[in-house]
Amino acid sequence: MGFDRIREKLNILADAAKYDVSCASSGSDRTNKTKGLGNASKMGICHSYTEDGRCISLLKILLTNHCIYDCAYCVTRKSNDVQRAAFKIQEVVDLTINFYRRNYIEGLFLSSGIFKNADYTMERLVAVAKKLREEENFNGYIHLKSIPGASDELMYEAGLYADRLSVNIEVPTVSGLKLLAPDKKHEDFTKPMLKVKNEIVRFQTERKIIKSTPKYAPAGQSTQMIVGASGETDKDIMYSATYYYKTYQMKRVYYSGYVPVADDARLPAIGSQVPMLRENRLYQTDWLLRFYGFAVNEILNKEYPNLDMDVDPKLSWALRNLHHFPVDVNTADKRLLARIPGIGMQSVEKIMKARKFRRLNWDHLKKIGVALNRAQYFMVCDSRHWERRDLDAEKIKGMILQTSSGKFRNQYSNQLSLFN
Amino acid sequence: MNASITLIYDGSFNGFLTAVFVAFDEKINVADIQRNGQCQNGLFSDTETIFTHVEKAQRVWNGIKGKSHNAISNVYFAFLSEAEGVEMMLYTYIQKLMRTQTGKYLDYSDSTVLHISQLARKVGREKHRMEAFVRFQLTKDNIYFANIEPDFDVLPLISKHFRDRYADQQWLIYDVKRKYGIYYNLDHVEMVSLNLREVHFNKVHKSDAFLSEEYDYQTLWNDYFKSTGIKSRINPKLHTQHVPKRYWKYLSEKKAS
Ligand code: SF4
Repeated sequence: MGFDRIREKLNILADAAKYDVSCASSGSDRTNKTKGLGNASKMGICHSYTEDGRCISLLKILLTNHCIYDCAYCVTRKSNDVQRAAFKIQEVVDLTINFYRRNYIEGLFLSSGIFKNADYTMERLVAVAKKLREEENFNGYIHLKSIPGASDELMYEAGLYADRLSVNIEVPTVSGLKLLAPDKKHEDFTKPMLKVKNEIVRFQTERKIIKSTPKYAPAGQSTQMIVGASGETDKDIMYSATYYYKTYQMKRVYYSGYVPVADDARLPAIGSQVPMLRENRLYQTDWLLRFYGFAVNEILNKEYPNLDMDVDPKLSWALRNLHHFPVDVNTADKRLLARIPGIGMQSVEKIMKARKFRRLNWDHLKKIGVALNRAQYFMVCDSRHWERRDLDAEKIKGMILQTSSGKFRNQYSNQLSLFN
Repeated sequence: MNASITLIYDGSFNGFLTAVFVAFDEKINVADIQRNGQCQNGLFSDTETIFTHVEKAQRVWNGIKGKSHNAISNVYFAFLSEAEGVEMMLYTYIQKLMRTQTGKYLDYSDSTVLHISQLARKVGREKHRMEAFVRFQLTKDNIYFANIEPDFDVLPLISKHFRDRYADQQWLIYDVKRKYGIYYNLDHVEMVSLNLREVHFNKVHKSDAFLSEEYDYQTLWNDYFKSTGIKSRINPKLHTQHVPKRYWKYLSEKKAS
């Protein structure tokens, strides 16, 4: 087939795939033992960056944007008047290999609209991966989308060739799903997730006994939720995320600020602002849950169903729980240190090491990299000078906001400036 | 104390290590270590020319490695920075290292130690950038060819990455600034120098060294690059922070079209 036709298809099918924010190519360790093509770098490499500053590491495309469903939030929905296209299996293989050989990408992220039915679609995604692995001897990264409703057999096969599998639940609440994707069932999403999780667990157990057990999705599975499309609260989102982390052993949950793609009364209008700051706050919360030992109900609960927009979630929690502070950095245990605003996990480690040699004062902490403008209200150290005034939460918040740079207040900053 | 001497070496890393060996072995009071052709201050000190000796270099290498793995990579990376005066700084660094018990407790408040580790980190960053930003173009001779112009001499550092990854294709990465390249011939990597008629960066003009298929794939990649950006989220500052402008010249997705 001619170059022009391929070009047209690529434009259509890359455009439709870009709303999936996951681009990670890390976490796999496929090596190139057979003198074939490619390997998966444990850390992942960003070969370029989009003009909105996101990492480009994978060729991210749909196999087709024909779809029998009509999910309101999706550009590919059947009622949407867009150009449709479909790649042949071999075309995707050729593109991937040729991009890879030129060092443009780390691998392929293949998703698809659902044509005919779930299994028919999944079968084709698996066929691409299989061809890459077996015919092209390709050891680069492959991320396949698990098609909701796909059979266990296909999901098993998919994991043999793919490094990562993901199903995007997109809508965090069951009621939202009913409203926005009326012909999809919640179980359609969870069934392939469960299969993949079980296979990963099985692989890990068998691997211990039989070294040669074939790899199964070594980079695990992930999912994505759209933020701001169905009127859900931050609590809805993070409780769902926690559920998916626990139940399906997700490697990552991604949060994607809804980019309006439809004129639909059920959704924010076209031209509405993408909730990027909110997205950032959700990632920060995700981080607190995974690495800082916070439980989700400490940060979000009935009383506080939404995250603060003007301060990060850790500071926000601290301000609501002043009775835990001040913490003495020279004696406190790790868990407590990690809860002091302005002290990141890296600083926690450094503090633990450094305080073995000497008692730490403000100077030491500053060198270690603690953000004192925030931390000072919540801690004491080896110094006679510390915050003694009995300040209330509002006061402290005001003073911190005054001294912090604009990046936390700038709605457009989509950089993940997680706390330090 | 002996009169101080300036050691002249051939510019290679082994040459530098040989110089260190000789200095230690002969207890020379080193005034400076300079690469051949760069000598400046022969006026106030005697010079001695060092002949690169792989075994001697190896002994210094092993000595440093025996102290600390971290130190050996610091020394190598910092050396490749080609920073002015880096040799003398490395010499001091190695002296300090050898005096420590295990090499683990190097004092990072010491300015030499700090400076070397900062240099090494910069070179490390450039290495990662090059691993990401190399763009191969397929020539008519079936060689995947890329020009680079890195801030530091990182070719020796990226060789393994590309050899492991592209084991089944011939490739050549050429440093335009330093005028040498590394070539993988499906078996091993070797150093090459070329007589380049033209520097192939991402200009719109098409060279007849490449297949027309090559330009098709570049077009597809450029298209792909454009279509991945989400307009309502555009952020040029963040973009150039990740992809500094000085690298654009060799990135085909940054081709003016
Ligand atoms: S099934 Fe998937 S591709 Fe089809 S409309 Fe729904 S979200 Fe979009």
